[in-house]
Amino acid sequence: MMDLWQSYGIWTAWTFLYIGLIVGGVLISVAYLTYAERKVMGAMQRRQGPMTVGPFGLLQPIADGLKLFSKETIIPTQSSRVVFLLAPMLLFALSLVAWAVIPFDKGWVLANINVGILYLFAVSSMGVYGVIMAGWASNSRYAFLGALRSASQMVSYEVSMGLIIVCVLLCAGSLNLQEIVLAPRPLWMQALLFPMFVVFLISILAETNRAPFDLPEGESEITGGFMVEYSAMAFALFFLGEYANMILMSAITTILFLGGWLPPFGILALAAVPGIVWFGLKTALILFVFLWARATLPRFRYDQLMRLGWKVFLPFTLLWVIVVSGTLLALGALP
Amino acid sequence: MAAADFLINYLPILLFMGIACAVSGAAVIGSLLVAKQNPDPEKLSAYECGFEPFGDARSKFDVRFYLVTLLFIIFDLEIAFLFPWAISLGDIGLFGFFSMMIFLAVLTVGFIYEWKKGALEWE
Repeated sequence: MMDLWQSYGIWTAWTFLYIGLIVGGVLISVAYLTYAERKVMGAMQRRQGPMTVGPFGLLQPIADGLKLFSKETIIPTQSSRVVFLLAPMLLFALSLVAWAVIPFDKGWVLANINVGILYLFAVSSMGVYGVIMAGWASNSRYAFLGALRSASQMVSYEVSMGLIIVCVLLCAGSLNLQEIVLAPRPLWMQALLFPMFVVFLISILAETNRAPFDLPEGESEITGGFMVEYSAMAFALFFLGEYANMILMSAITTILFLGGWLPPFGILALAAVPGIVWFGLKTALILFVFLWARATLPRFRYDQLMRLGWKVFLPFTLLWVIVVSGTLLALGALP
Repeated sequence: MAAADFLINYLPILLFMGIACAVSGAAVIGSLLVAKQNPDPEKLSAYECGFEPFGDARSKFDVRFYLVTLLFIIFDLEIAFLFPWAISLGDIGLFGFFSMMIFLAVLTVGFIYEWKKGALEWE
């Protein structure tokens, strides 16, 4: 009986430690992603970016966080108070919870469930609720319009993302994220999936409401979209949630297309470096694409955004599901 | 016993959900308690670019947003249907492949109809 309690105790302590590590890691990554964004954008526009707080401005994200924490939380009189405060909490909590199934290295995963990718798909879909709740509860015209735009945009691109995931599943033959990473992927299969990788990259930009698809924010027309009434920590949670989602989407891209924690190009000599380093580097590479796109591309119009989602990506990805499944069936290469 | 082993994998997720809610709740409530709150009616009114907000913001909105969500439900269900098919295609073989092709063909006919009717137009 003692042994049983002891093993439960160890298990619980280990789980809590692991959760704490993930939460801490995600928060630090988010803080330094905002720093990296300002530095990268600065370099691309021939500026220096933040330089004042700490050496090379390295303490800037901490100063920003403290400032937001000490600001007044404004709850508009006309708003639905409870929902108004719940919306940012929901969005932020969801962007954390998704990390439970992400494998950082072989076996380094909190919950090794057999439907990992389905769980990720479900959690990322839930984000729409946070946005709609925020826009509705604010009771402001800008917020309402921003929330409607954001929700339609997110659901539109989710369809093509789902079809792309189906293409990867056909090649991997499993819903478990570790098995997807470890599934053998010969060169012809990589070539077959490459167009899907490109479409997925563009779709995650739209799914996380990032430039050039940042119409929900659209500061020049709807002044910040569904976040317009938020201040202080409630606003900070939206901000943290958005950046945590960016990192999450990059991690999912890494797992689906770039081979997760495996060394690049299958070079065995590079396997001496711990897998988590490769995982982090690949994720950082995708994150750089996010920042690069923001510094380079002008914002889309809403009709262009919807046309791209429904008239280009949806037919193309649907066709590609048929192409991939047909090819695999014809070659007898199905797992 | 097998069911319990299966469900134990999900327990960390439940714990994680609890911790995530606690962290986000603590952040908002902590900020509410620590920061000086100094509300006044002007500050608490909805933002409306320099003039008094009139009426309720929860008014009529463009029906096309509604249409997009309806289309989304159809295609998302289709994807939910494709997931198990993609996993088991190796076992169900050519018969499973063509069954799904017929299903997709039916959906594509509906999609073409929507397209021609202009449900996807935003002018």
